[in-house]
Amino acid sequence: MTPNGLLQIGVFFVLILAITKPLGVYMTRVFAGERTLLHPLLRPLERACYVLCGVKESTEQRWTQYAGSLLSFSLFSFALLYAFQRLQGYLPLNPMGFGTSHAMSGATPMTPDLSFNNALSFTTNTNWQNYSGENTLSYFVQMVGLTMHNFTSGAAGIAIAVALIRGFARQTAAAIGNFWVDMVRATVYVLLPLSLAIALFFCSQGVIQNFHPYTVATTVEGKTQTIAQGPVASQEAIKMLGTNGGGFFGANSAHPFENPTPLSNLVQLLAIFAIPAGLTYVLGKMVGDTRQGWAVFAAMSVLFLAGVFVLYSAEQSGNPILANLGVPGPNMEGKEVRFGIPMSALFATVTTDASCGAVIAMHDSLTPFGGLVPLFNMQTSEVIFGGVGAGLYGMLLFAILAVFIAGLMVGRTPEYLGKKIEAKEVKMAMLALIATSAVILVFTGISSVADFAKGGYWNSTGAATTNLLNGGPHGFSEILYLFTSSAANNGSAFGGINGNTPWYNLTGAITMAVGRFFIILPMLAVAGSLAAKKRIPVTSGTLPTHGALFSGLLVGTVVIVSALTFFPALSLGPIVEHFLMWEGRLF
Amino acid sequence: MPMVETPKFAHAESDDLTELLPKKLAHARPLFDPEILRRATKESFFKLNPVTLMKNPVIFVVEVGAAITSILLIHDVFSAPALIGFEIQIALWLWFTVVFANFAEAMAEARGKAQADALRKTKTDASARRVLNGGKTETVPASRLRAGDIVICEAGELIPGDGEVIEGIATVDESVITGESAPVIRESGGDRSAVTGGTKVLSDWVKIRITSNPGETFLDRMIALVEGAERQKTPNEIALNILIAGLTLIFLLAVVTLQPFSRYAVIAAGAGLMPSVAVLVSLLVCLIPTTIGGLLSAIGIAGMDRVMQHNVLAMSGKAVEASGDVNTLLLDKTGTITIGNRQAVEFIPVNGISNEELADAAQLSSLADETPEGRSVVVLAKSKYGLRGREVTSDCNFIPFSAYTRMSGVDMHGRALRKGASEAIANFVKENGGQVPKEMTETAERISRQGGTPLAVAENDRALGVIHLKDVVKGGMKDRLSQLRAMGIRTVMITGDNPLTAAAIASEAGVDDFLAQASPADKLAYIKKEQAEGRLVAMTGDGTNDAPALAQADVGLAMNTGTMAAKEAGNMVDLDSNPTKLIEVVAIGKQLLITRGALTTFSIANDVAKYFAIIPAMFMATYPALAKLNIMRLHTSQSAVLSAVIFNALIIIALVPLALRGVKYRPQSAASMLRRNLLIYGIGGLVAPFPGIWIIDQFVHALGLA
Repeated sequence: MTPNGLLQIGVFFVLILAITKPLGVYMTRVFAGERTLLHPLLRPLERACYVLCGVKESTEQRWTQYAGSLLSFSLFSFALLYAFQRLQGYLPLNPMGFGTSHAMSGATPMTPDLSFNNALSFTTNTNWQNYSGENTLSYFVQMVGLTMHNFTSGAAGIAIAVALIRGFARQTAAAIGNFWVDMVRATVYVLLPLSLAIALFFCSQGVIQNFHPYTVATTVEGKTQTIAQGPVASQEAIKMLGTNGGGFFGANSAHPFENPTPLSNLVQLLAIFAIPAGLTYVLGKMVGDTRQGWAVFAAMSVLFLAGVFVLYSAEQSGNPILANLGVPGPNMEGKEVRFGIPMSALFATVTTDASCGAVIAMHDSLTPFGGLVPLFNMQTSEVIFGGVGAGLYGMLLFAILAVFIAGLMVGRTPEYLGKKIEAKEVKMAMLALIATSAVILVFTGISSVADFAKGGYWNSTGAATTNLLNGGPHGFSEILYLFTSSAANNGSAFGGINGNTPWYNLTGAITMAVGRFFIILPMLAVAGSLAAKKRIPVTSGTLPTHGALFSGLLVGTVVIVSALTFFPALSLGPIVEHFLMWEGRLF
Repeated sequence: MPMVETPKFAHAESDDLTELLPKKLAHARPLFDPEILRRATKESFFKLNPVTLMKNPVIFVVEVGAAITSILLIHDVFSAPALIGFEIQIALWLWFTVVFANFAEAMAEARGKAQADALRKTKTDASARRVLNGGKTETVPASRLRAGDIVICEAGELIPGDGEVIEGIATVDESVITGESAPVIRESGGDRSAVTGGTKVLSDWVKIRITSNPGETFLDRMIALVEGAERQKTPNEIALNILIAGLTLIFLLAVVTLQPFSRYAVIAAGAGLMPSVAVLVSLLVCLIPTTIGGLLSAIGIAGMDRVMQHNVLAMSGKAVEASGDVNTLLLDKTGTITIGNRQAVEFIPVNGISNEELADAAQLSSLADETPEGRSVVVLAKSKYGLRGREVTSDCNFIPFSAYTRMSGVDMHGRALRKGASEAIANFVKENGGQVPKEMTETAERISRQGGTPLAVAENDRALGVIHLKDVVKGGMKDRLSQLRAMGIRTVMITGDNPLTAAAIASEAGVDDFLAQASPADKLAYIKKEQAEGRLVAMTGDGTNDAPALAQADVGLAMNTGTMAAKEAGNMVDLDSNPTKLIEVVAIGKQLLITRGALTTFSIANDVAKYFAIIPAMFMATYPALAKLNIMRLHTSQSAVLSAVIFNALIIIALVPLALRGVKYRPQSAASMLRRNLLIYGIGGLVAPFPGIWIIDQFVHALGLA
């Protein structure tokens, strides 16, 4: 690790620290329905949304109604995107003719299974893509279909987090807010203005924004090259801000049209963490003790920094086999030279901490321990800042578990933020944990042994392992990464695996849906149950949850619970690969 | 009325909560009583019945694993004889794991059963003399008595059932219930009217109205409770069960999917074998929280038992658990915070009388006064002025206290010494032709203002001075209350005194709040107010008018000497009738929860080491590079797996005493308690299995077991 590299990481962290409070204060006001600086400008828009959708702003919902609204909204928007993708040939803004007979050669057809996978992927804020955008989707689908989901799936995540915080903040209340109102406020006041500002900034850095057909250029070698175009900047901003991660281009943020300068790269990184970090402050503010929010922030920060430094040092120390051949140096395979090791390490950590999934380097080419970090980050259920909203409610799930186990050790039935943690809360937290680990483990297990008929429907190449580009433990990591990324609603790809077959499209889609809704629904149930409870006054007999001790406990719970669940799988993937690399074997 | 003293136990006046908990009462059983051990050992095999074991999902999974391993063993006798030695040992240790877990529960239950047996012995077939309508009596078996029947009991007879004294007064031996041999008074009316079936009348006679039907008596309920027949899982126990069942499911997933993972690995590496079922089951059993799963119900039963050891009968485990959560303790002033009797603390002479003269007169006037106040005057004079109690000679004429004169004293050698209420003494002095100095009235008023009771002393026509009687706060009470404060518990003193007196005592004892001139309705209102603010309230009570408040409180500790109504309303009964015990009950409740949390943390933390033992053992043949994970340097794959399984089984047995006794508890703030327990059970749980498994591996290797 170099001083310069550490400085870059340090600057990023300090900027996040600086953003957290102002953004948190702003969001707290927004979700409490109080006036903010942007109200004169945006209040009419907000009101128009309510009138248009027939929402009564003052009506609140019980958790079941809230969950029902979320589910019906998700189902509707999922169906819409599915239809857009299947019918893109008949829809406007399709200069390259995708989905029609005159599509360019090599274009990926939007088959029913790929469309299903992709529609669920964007509905669940995963943005896993089994295709490259530039040779698959029309501008219409990218802008109207995908970008809309980038906003709504992010807004839904924020809404759920706020509803859960209300569960802690309220007492003897039946309702936890109104889903539609929270959605509109998250979109209108938070995502829209921020992404507008960021998009304009990206344009200033050289990110493209146009509707041109692709440019065909003649290279200096005299060959022709097709250069993809499109409305990139507008999608890029919300891609990061909403921790979506689905790139306009297959190369994602490594593509110079998506991420041209070091400055644009820094802003992309900040955009990923901004809202998740700000929400920790909202937590503290809404429960009336900002230290509570900072304690959660601190736990997230510890896990984040640990990840960065492991990944950074693993990449910096490079590949021992090359070193033995007399080529010492860091592992630059799969990395953009213009970003270098520290930024690539930072980006890989940030994008997998938060459930973003945008990449500037190939995770498949990381050293085994370097690749272990993104994998483990996602296996924590994305709670290290995490997806917008998703990170906070995921971390609160762990807080409930941590408080329940350790809280007993202070001799009281456990309580967190003044609310007793009882059977209902534990049941819901465990349900979420079991469901998400089950889909990862079970589908990875089946895929690593499943045999399909060659040329058949499910996986035309035969066994599910034939889709792998690498063998040995590395191939195993590729499968594990696919399902981990899907369950965590991350969407970053390890690469090295062809996921566009009905088998992987379908199992991946199920994994994404479980990873999203089997955390959201239990957490909404928790919100409802907590809101109905009385708030217990804090005494010196109360387990303090606002200090370093609690942050440490939370970190320990996240690490131990995740590690115990995934250690066997990890030991057969990156861990053994690491040892084998030192013995001189690569895969 | 004769004085009935509250039975005193050695610990009753102790200052320190920690001192109280481990101290055993005279009739407490040792932890590993041979009789209990024998019974528990037998029981732990009966408990292998899968139908009953199903209630404990973690241990049930172990049993299923043990059964599968045993069945495969039979299969392997023919197909893979080389592995038999290893697999037999694995199967055996898996069965041991189940038996050890059963043993923990059986130990806790056997202790209860032994206690129940002792109680049942007292349920002899007593006969009762039932009073008929005409006033005649008939003899019927006690078992035929119904609520509403009226019986007569005389000296030497057993009281046939629970009831209320409606006529008469008697001394009763309640040692059956309380373990305390000093007799107590039972009389009609007032708060000492309740009698319990099985206790014995020692003198006089009483007429009793029976209040319970056969099988529903206090003794019956007590037997059912200690036997665990009515044991229901407490809310926290249910939540904890969900947690460990959930973890079991997660580990089941992790282990089951390891099968295809390892198949991929074996094919990819082209070496090694897939782990056998015995090894997979071993890994599963090591990972699932067997320690807490095996000890959870034992902890609960032992908690109830510990309450019982303190002679408190908890009507449910829920009540014990709730006492750990209590935020507010309502403590009666008299008998709980103060000794209960006012004591002389100072002699204040007037009119230039010397201290010694006043003390001498006060002592003489109190020589025949057998009330605690009177005795305290004698004691104070002796300790402060060296005046020894003198022989009472025949020419002394003692004047006893009467409600009419409101004073008492002695006439001797022409001296008329009196002490009493200041107005009464003033009248006495005036009647004798003397003058009452203003100084005396002022002094008396000042003492009243300070919350004390002035007792004026006079000799013939001379007013001598005032004795300051004071409510004396029990020794160490202040420390205990400040310990409670450190635990986050607010104490509220309840008293019938006026606010002035109450405030004085409250500040001296160091309670957080007080409720003066408290009527039962005030108490109830106070509890409701606290509960509305989210607090849990505990209180003690004995009178019938305490019943609504006892029922409303989250923890209501009724005194055994109290009325049946109070006992029914509370969720605990203190058989010693010592209200201070509420503090110990809170400590036991906390200790119960801490023990659960500590063992859960320990159990989960243990898993890390077990992974490091078993994962390399499983895959060393496939990926020899994974030997680097074998940081304990265990000898072989088989010995690694076996050692982990043995450690997992032995740790259950090793922790049985901790589960039964409860972890060490000292009152301190939640933050320091968490830090301490996390260090011991969290970090300790993480580290301990490494040397543990290593040592077992040395043995296994040395003995050539694997």
